[in-house]
Amino acid sequence: MAKGSIIAGVLAPHPPHLVYGENPERNEPKSECGWEILRWGYERCRKNVLAKKPDVLIVHSPHWMTTIGHHVLGLPKFSGISVDPIFPNLFRYRYDLNVDVDLSLAIHEELKARGMLTKVMRNPDFRIDYGTITTLHLMNPDWDIPMVSISSNNSPYYFSNEVGMAEMKKLGEATRAAIEASGKRAVLLASNSLSHRHFVTEPEIPEDMSFEHVYHHGQYLWDMQVLNLMKTGQCAQLLDILPEFIEMTCAEVKAGALTWMLHAMGVPDYPADVHAYGTVIGTGNAVVEWDHENRGGVR
Amino acid sequence: MNSCVKSVFLVPGHPHLLLAADQNEGWQRLNQAYGEARKRIEELNPDLILYFSTQWFSVIGHLFQANPKPKWVHVDQEWHELGSIPYEFVIDPDFAKSYADLTRQQGYHAATVNYYGFPIDTGSIVAQKLLNPHNKFPASMVSCNIYADRDEMLRLGHAACSALAEQGKSAVIVLVSALSNRLWVKDIDPAQDAISSAKDHEWNLKICELLGEGRLEDVAQCAREFAREANADMGFKGIWWLNGLLGHHNDFSGKCYGYEAVWGTGAGLLEITPKVPILPGFSLNFESESSVIQAMEAADPAFRGQKSGPEEDAPTGNSPTENKVSRSVSAPVATVQAQKIESQKAPEPVGAYPHARREGDFLFLSGVGPRQRGSAAIPGVTLNEHGEVIDWDIRVQTRAVIENVRTILEDAGSSLDKVVDVTVFLTDMKRDFKAYNEVYAELLGPIGPTRTTLGISSLPTPIAIELKVVAKP
Repeated sequence: MAKGSIIAGVLAPHPPHLVYGENPERNEPKSECGWEILRWGYERCRKNVLAKKPDVLIVHSPHWMTTIGHHVLGLPKFSGISVDPIFPNLFRYRYDLNVDVDLSLAIHEELKARGMLTKVMRNPDFRIDYGTITTLHLMNPDWDIPMVSISSNNSPYYFSNEVGMAEMKKLGEATRAAIEASGKRAVLLASNSLSHRHFVTEPEIPEDMSFEHVYHHGQYLWDMQVLNLMKTGQCAQLLDILPEFIEMTCAEVKAGALTWMLHAMGVPDYPADVHAYGTVIGTGNAVVEWDHENRGGVR
Repeated sequence: MNSCVKSVFLVPGHPHLLLAADQNEGWQRLNQAYGEARKRIEELNPDLILYFSTQWFSVIGHLFQANPKPKWVHVDQEWHELGSIPYEFVIDPDFAKSYADLTRQQGYHAATVNYYGFPIDTGSIVAQKLLNPHNKFPASMVSCNIYADRDEMLRLGHAACSALAEQGKSAVIVLVSALSNRLWVKDIDPAQDAISSAKDHEWNLKICELLGEGRLEDVAQCAREFAREANADMGFKGIWWLNGLLGHHNDFSGKCYGYEAVWGTGAGLLEITPKVPILPGFSLNFESESSVIQAMEAADPAFRGQKSGPEEDAPTGNSPTENKVSRSVSAPVATVQAQKIESQKAPEPVGAYPHARREGDFLFLSGVGPRQRGSAAIPGVTLNEHGEVIDWDIRVQTRAVIENVRTILEDAGSSLDKVVDVTVFLTDMKRDFKAYNEVYAELLGPIGPTRTTLGISSLPTPIAIELKVVAKP
């Protein structure tokens, strides 16, 4: 069996607004338009990633939050309706997905072997979190590639950003080891926005773009600094400033997905492609692709 | 007009109590406590049960469940291995609409949710399944905005009171919230569950004690400190919602049905019942609370968490058995806001001072003499034709003074047996000490307060003895 590899990593935020703006058949609420810059960025990124013919998409989402270690899905199929508890007016999405249980269990075993806490979720009534569903729809709306879902542990909220990031380093390295042993071509999806201060009201027409702008300029400056480090291949430096970025902008990357992905890819030192940056109710969101297969090599 | 609120419960929302109570004796006791609370609610026979759960997060204003019959099979994100929770609830959509409208009028974003598959949170589901398993009473559920501050919580609570009045309905109110909220971050043997730190446990005991005495306002005043010191669930902001709904006072009877550890957190089931009808229109106090905490610290520095322990600041993932907290730990001293006490039975003050003052956790009495209310006469005194004292019976005066102390304490809600310190002033130490000491020994000796006796030249009126008393409320 050939050694498996991470062929791409994507910063793939999950605002349900992007699905709502797109009007896919699976989503019940309908819109006129909205958040095109981000949606078009996702389209470009999707085209690149799907052209690589991945075997599996691995998602780390802050909306499956667990306290006792990291959990993975242990059943092959899940279906149902995902309703965003925050924006139920925008996101009521019918999903039907296939899980790569072998890889899920391999990650689980790898975590255990490294002394990390982990659980396998085997309850068939479990509802997949809306962050995972949104990111997967935006990357693969045909749902024809198996997925692996990893919960985010809330250690950064319990302890500190540094503790959380150290945990994500171990999780990333364990994920990479499991992928390499699997022989599969995997895409990592870090389901996080960047700055995350946001407005607490909503316009009457949610897709009214005249209301959409960054929450404040300082937050924008931080997002640009982070994106510039990504664009210039300085992920080690990015990880250095991430705790401060999190504190300064209430960044959603606190939950760990970006840190997990960067460590799984060996902390890339090559430029990433920023496909789009835009705001959603004031939060900063970027679609960023690391073409790990061609630029990072198999590590 | 009838009270909008029949009674109020604080309940834990952990799925363990519904799905796995048999795994831990404490969980089992809480499950039974839920059964008692359910019976109590059935006796109260409200028009609806209104839930506020800290596990239903919102960030864009406030959401109100308005699906008349939400139905789903729920699985908790963390505790999925405990099993599924199928439910079908009966919701009062009219009340939801009224409550949302009135919240909007307060200036906040508010929306009803009536969507198939909308995820009702574990806490609301657990509470509703255990308190109202057969939908005997319609339910209403409101979200917990994670950014809402005290003012917003007060207004949200008051809007609930107004909505009940507008609808002409009476409710049982259920706040679904843990107390201290530090979970074990590793797998534990459920049978060995314990509160994750001694400090958290101390705080939980205090909150249970206060609510068990019906002292809602005192708990509300402690909320920020409780949140800081014991990582209280969602900043314990739900208690401010109750303030807004019920008013800023302690006029409740309280009952603690149970307090246990659930995966390291503090889980208490308590009830407070208003002694006076709850009607909308009362004013809310938006000033910051602080006096209680200052007084509490003054009363007992150990309450600030100086009781050292290995896990005071955050869970470390150690086995809970290593830090198991003894249930015999005594609760620290509580306190309330300062207040003057004017007795209607004790003799009138002879100056500009109250009979007593409650400060911190103590009652301080002004100097008490032997006179009787409504009379200038002094018991045990013999006067000549000029009204001058020619003799006195110190035994009679001592007994009268102590009776006056008893009267003042009882009017303050305390009692003679709660006296902790006495300063005695005698105008003739040499003549009176022995007799006064015998009466004192009879009436206060068994109680055992500390005592100081001073001989002085005179008192403001022609009395021979005065007592200065400090007591517990």
